[in-house]
Amino acid sequence: MEQHHNNLNPEVTFVHHTDDATFKKRVIRTTILLSVITIIEVVIGLLIYNIHKGENPSEFLVLFFKGMVCILTLAKAYYIVAIFMHLGDEIRNFIMTILVPLLLFVWFIAAFLWDGQSYKNLRNKYDLHFKESTTAPAHHAPVATDEPAKTPEKH
Amino acid sequence: MSNHIQPAHQTKWWSGGKSPFNIEYGKVMMWYFLMSDAFTFGAFLISYGTIRFSQNFWPDPNAVFNAFPGAGHANLPLAFVSVMTFILIVSSVTMVLAVHAGHKGDKQGVIKWLIWTIVGGLTFLLCQAWEWHHLITAEHATLIGDKIELVGQTTRVNPWGPMVHGAEITEALKNSSVHTLATIVEQQDHSQNHAALMGMGKEQLLSMINEAELHVRKNGPVAFGGYFYGITGFHGFHVFSGVIINIVMLIMAINNVFEKRGQYLMIEKAGLYWHFVDLVWVFVFLCFYLI
Repeated sequence: MEQHHNNLNPEVTFVHHTDDATFKKRVIRTTILLSVITIIEVVIGLLIYNIHKGENPSEFLVLFFKGMVCILTLAKAYYIVAIFMHLGDEIRNFIMTILVPLLLFVWFIAAFLWDGQSYKNLRNKYDLHFKESTTAPAHHAPVATDEPAKTPEKH
Repeated sequence: MSNHIQPAHQTKWWSGGKSPFNIEYGKVMMWYFLMSDAFTFGAFLISYGTIRFSQNFWPDPNAVFNAFPGAGHANLPLAFVSVMTFILIVSSVTMVLAVHAGHKGDKQGVIKWLIWTIVGGLTFLLCQAWEWHHLITAEHATLIGDKIELVGQTTRVNPWGPMVHGAEITEALKNSSVHTLATIVEQQDHSQNHAALMGMGKEQLLSMINEAELHVRKNGPVAFGGYFYGITGFHGFHVFSGVIINIVMLIMAINNVFEKRGQYLMIEKAGLYWHFVDLVWVFVFLCFYLI
């Protein structure tokens, strides 16, 4: 396939060649991948919803599934950036100028979630009013549904 | 990753006269802008995470986002937002096709796929408008102070706190206004006429309320609404500006601007921005709707 249009640009030394058939295959494959990952994410979301609705929701299972959707989301982000935005086709140096700064997010997320957690612990310790007024009574907070609540009254 | 395209003269990348990254200047700058924008969105989402981690109670997204246009009060968690996500993914695909048509210098293809991308963006914005409207105007029975009030999700009030049970509801109903009681009766029995109910006494209204069927919650963390509207609004604004950019691209393509330049590289930059909007949504979807 001819790409004479791009070659008019003096900054660009060489042009990445993709023929129509390869391109089509790639786009279709990525679209299906993204859709399938989204569907899996939604299914996991509904799973979490049903675990929450149960009598004794398992904190571990909920965390496990939440971790799984996080990983799936990162996979989705990878495909969008690498294929749709063509970052995977750029030369390595350029990829690094984008990806290396993003490593800051590792510290950013860890530090600030930690900060929030520690603030909560301190408040629960020193501000009993906060603890009493914001903690769900009795068992795990029931989830709002349009079905009648089947939670027994606790005294 | 890109071994197969390493050219023979790669040792002279930095000797000047060409882009050492083999990309035109505008595209490099678009990438760096998007990277900075990623930090802006990242900062917003992380501060949302900080506040969420600092709370003992946080609303379950499946309870908040369970409505679907035209489905009335059916409980459909995640359904509508999945549709919105799918719309954005599809519009990203049509943008890829527009950029590809541009590479080939195919003007008609560029125009066709740009129009579909614009349609996708506008549809997403309409969905978001419906969702916001639904959340803001809803009337949820919420225990505020010692009485029940009917509130929607705003930046000042959050109707999604912990459930209230039994005697507490009975007590709170007695303190509530006639308007609130009349609306609750009407919500439970749609055949009732609001005006007629407003004329009734408080005692009579109280006797008409089916308490077992009444779901009352305390008001939850206020930050929920601020972050939700702030971040989805900021993302929605990006979608909006992306649509404007795409419309400008469309007009330029129709007027043969790119044809005269001999290349459609501008479409590529607009495409990068559009994909970024999709990318951000992936994370907004994760943080607000999934976890």
